[in-house]
Amino acid sequence: MVSIPFPVVRPLKPVGIWGWLTTIDHKKIGVLYGTTAFILFLTGGVEALLIRLQLAIPNNTLVAPEVYNQLFTMHGTTMIFLAIMPLGAAFFNFVIPLQIGARDVAFPRLNAFSFWTFLAGAIILKMSWVLGGAPNAGWFGYAPITGKIFNLGHGIDFWIVGLQVLGVASLAAAFNFIVTIVNMRAPGMTLMRMPIFTWMTLITSILLVLAFPVITVALIELMFDRTFGTVFFVTSGGGDPLLWQHLFWVFGHPEVYILILPAMGIISEIIPTFSRKPIFGYNVVVLSGVIIGFLGWMVWSHHMFTVGLGPIANSIFAITTMLIAIPTGVKIFNWIATLWKGSIDLKSPMLYSIGFIVLFVIGGLSGTMHSSAASDAQQQDTYFIVAHIHYVLFGGSLFAIFAGIHYWFPKVTGRLMNELSGRISFLLLFVGMNITFFPMHFLGLDGMPRRTYTYSSEMGWDLWNLVATLGVFFIIAAVLLFLHNVTRSWRKGEKADSDPWDGRTLEWSIPSPVPEYNFVEIPIVKSRDDFWEKKRSGDTSEIELNLREPTGDIHLPQPSYWPAFASLGMLIGGFGLVYLLDSMLGLLAAVVGGMIIMISIYAWSFEPVNDPDVSGHH
Amino acid sequence: MGCTPDHPQSTFNVAGPVAESQLTLFYWILAAAVFVFVIVTAILFWAVFRYRRKVDDKDPEQIHGNTKLEIAWTILPAIILVFVAIPTVITIFDNANSPCTYEEGCLEVTVEAAQWFWNFTYKDPSNPDLEVMTSNEMRIPVDEVVNIKLTSRDVLHSFWIPNIAGKLDIVPNHVNTMWIQSDIEGEFYAQCAEFCGIAHALMSFRVYADSREEFNEWMKLQATEASIPAEPLALEGKKLFEGEKQCYACHKVMGTKARSNVGPDLTHVASRTQLAAGILDNTQDNLRKWLEDPESIKPGNKMARQATVYTDETKKLNDPEISALVAYLQTLK
Repeated sequence: MVSIPFPVVRPLKPVGIWGWLTTIDHKKIGVLYGTTAFILFLTGGVEALLIRLQLAIPNNTLVAPEVYNQLFTMHGTTMIFLAIMPLGAAFFNFVIPLQIGARDVAFPRLNAFSFWTFLAGAIILKMSWVLGGAPNAGWFGYAPITGKIFNLGHGIDFWIVGLQVLGVASLAAAFNFIVTIVNMRAPGMTLMRMPIFTWMTLITSILLVLAFPVITVALIELMFDRTFGTVFFVTSGGGDPLLWQHLFWVFGHPEVYILILPAMGIISEIIPTFSRKPIFGYNVVVLSGVIIGFLGWMVWSHHMFTVGLGPIANSIFAITTMLIAIPTGVKIFNWIATLWKGSIDLKSPMLYSIGFIVLFVIGGLSGTMHSSAASDAQQQDTYFIVAHIHYVLFGGSLFAIFAGIHYWFPKVTGRLMNELSGRISFLLLFVGMNITFFPMHFLGLDGMPRRTYTYSSEMGWDLWNLVATLGVFFIIAAVLLFLHNVTRSWRKGEKADSDPWDGRTLEWSIPSPVPEYNFVEIPIVKSRDDFWEKKRSGDTSEIELNLREPTGDIHLPQPSYWPAFASLGMLIGGFGLVYLLDSMLGLLAAVVGGMIIMISIYAWSFEPVNDPDVSGHH
Repeated sequence: MGCTPDHPQSTFNVAGPVAESQLTLFYWILAAAVFVFVIVTAILFWAVFRYRRKVDDKDPEQIHGNTKLEIAWTILPAIILVFVAIPTVITIFDNANSPCTYEEGCLEVTVEAAQWFWNFTYKDPSNPDLEVMTSNEMRIPVDEVVNIKLTSRDVLHSFWIPNIAGKLDIVPNHVNTMWIQSDIEGEFYAQCAEFCGIAHALMSFRVYADSREEFNEWMKLQATEASIPAEPLALEGKKLFEGEKQCYACHKVMGTKARSNVGPDLTHVASRTQLAAGILDNTQDNLRKWLEDPESIKPGNKMARQATVYTDETKKLNDPEISALVAYLQTLK
């Protein structure tokens, strides 16, 4: 018997709120990620709404200039770090172990720690609104305006610490999923038999592990500038603002693929299922995902075409950027080829997926347009770019996330979402998205710069700004209808059986909702789309086995207090770092937070995976 | 629909070779993009409608791929991209290398950007004796190459005259260079295009392309010192400016005691068309409004936040003082 250094009784079968706080079940953590991120997505939406209302008419005074700058900073930061990334993580959590035939992720407690740390980072960032002002230098935080000389308040400090804490969460999750996917696949599931979503999750996790350290370094340097008086980015001290830009975009461009590859993975699951055909060109789709992930490291300076790097750098980065269009195009062609001669069922997940393709093609093509550095000199930092990123991240990532929610909802809840409601909200979202963002192309070409809180009527930007703002109301209607559909279906939706879509991958071979142990018997995989092949082979004995109650004990890890407790240390310590120079209280909080983290990790390390006194659990 | 060349910052209303090359490139890539979009969405929609599931649909044939097709749709986009890449690289180099440098006899303007105004310093080989520095209004000779050197006093800014040339960022501790040229005489709008703080939206200026003769005249005028006003009210304003209201502590009026460069140069402020970096027409009313409450017009500006006449209630400008200052500033032609 192992002696436990801190005699805290391990939670065995906690219920209610404790059940959620101590859970290490990947499915519950997936639900926590999903609901938290969706709420944060709504806050980012409110920030966007205020931006659009301010710009609806020229010389508007609804939002003060300083608040406007905070709004666009928080909108970008929220949507990228607190909404799209964690919504992706929600899918990783829920789906990956089921798709690869595992009972959980490789490190279940680390997984819980990822979620709670993400929540701590989100709280730190969002609390800035009520603690003296949100960050105001844009989600890209370009030096030197983030320095103390130009930015005295704590907004930037909240931004730095918040992103660092979120980085810890992302890194922990990324390592977890790499190890899970590499080590925990069911017997017979070779790498080239993995579902595409699993592949894209693997690539995304590798990108995360490599990209986050870069921004971590940049943020530490900035923090040192602001807290300890170093001059990495302080221009009056000889610092170089371009150092920040390079570091930020060496992280920032792979980050774009961190946001879009999971979306491509989701689409690559839905299109084959609702076409009743295997993905066309599996090897090529996987390979182009790998190539996109790799090339994503060679294009960062296309965010810096107007910085003055010179014609040689601009030409090289223009060409590498154009190269990325090739594997991206290949993916799109393969999706269309999957549809070709299929048996296409236009249920809401499929509608969102087709919407994704159309919108992502527009965003991809406008992206290719800015890859031409010379022409981009007119588009850089205008609304044309705002249009582009929203076609990629809203039309792309978010549409795929909506598709994925409709698709896996029955697996999560055991109930189907209302189909009519789903179709109407798709239509509203598609129309609203285009009304809001397409006119921004015109505004940009008409010379409207980004990040400006006002404009004069003589510029001729009134009409399209008003149209863009009106489109937002379609988006709001779509999201409200979607929310209603989710909450209602969760309680009263039509019951779903284990395989409502005639699915192809392993998650559809087990009951809905999924039992805690996932699989009664770990399946033995004999082919790609193994479940589909088994269904069609006529021999369903293996499938039926997994729909029965288990006969013996199933070994599962137990809940734990320590992950959430370690994250609480992150939260307290994070606030301490923000106020480090202000008072002893700041220093104290930082020290206390650090100690909580150390104690928790120590206790966690000595906590046995299973309490030896307890047996028989599933 | 989106192409509205009559709007002042439209990138479709090109006035010079740089913007023109950028627009030509834009049209070329736009054509390729529209071509690809139409084909891809046409095939997509055709596939979706043609192959919709019927009630008693059997499983379709399980096609796993086709190597020839994969090769085809890898190579075809690559070919299109070659036709985009070649003009791109040519234009990048054309726009980077000035066809006529200062050493070769063309005008050079050094731009200094600051939160939130602009200074322009002229070095003209055709007027080698004239030293000209001005703020918030740029004049260039038509049909001539103008070399631009970009410097920043504080944070990032970006130099952008949409009708004349795409933008180039202004980076502290770096000197970026570009060249511009206008083939049309007239007025052009310019605006800072890199986020630079609270009043980023209000950091503009105007560019006037004049004939060479007009430009030379303007250079001469700008190089002269300010004259002493004759009118008593204006004289009173000058006294306030150089005295108890301490305007001289931040502004420059050549030929007077005011020599600071913290704020914009005001030597010939009355000769300019705009006030406060391209955001107000230069009228008596607007000048008065600006002096009454600069914070309400351009939030965050240094004058409103730091000048004692705005920070110290006891030193506040009263109406007669504002009238005197307006009268003085209006003589600075």
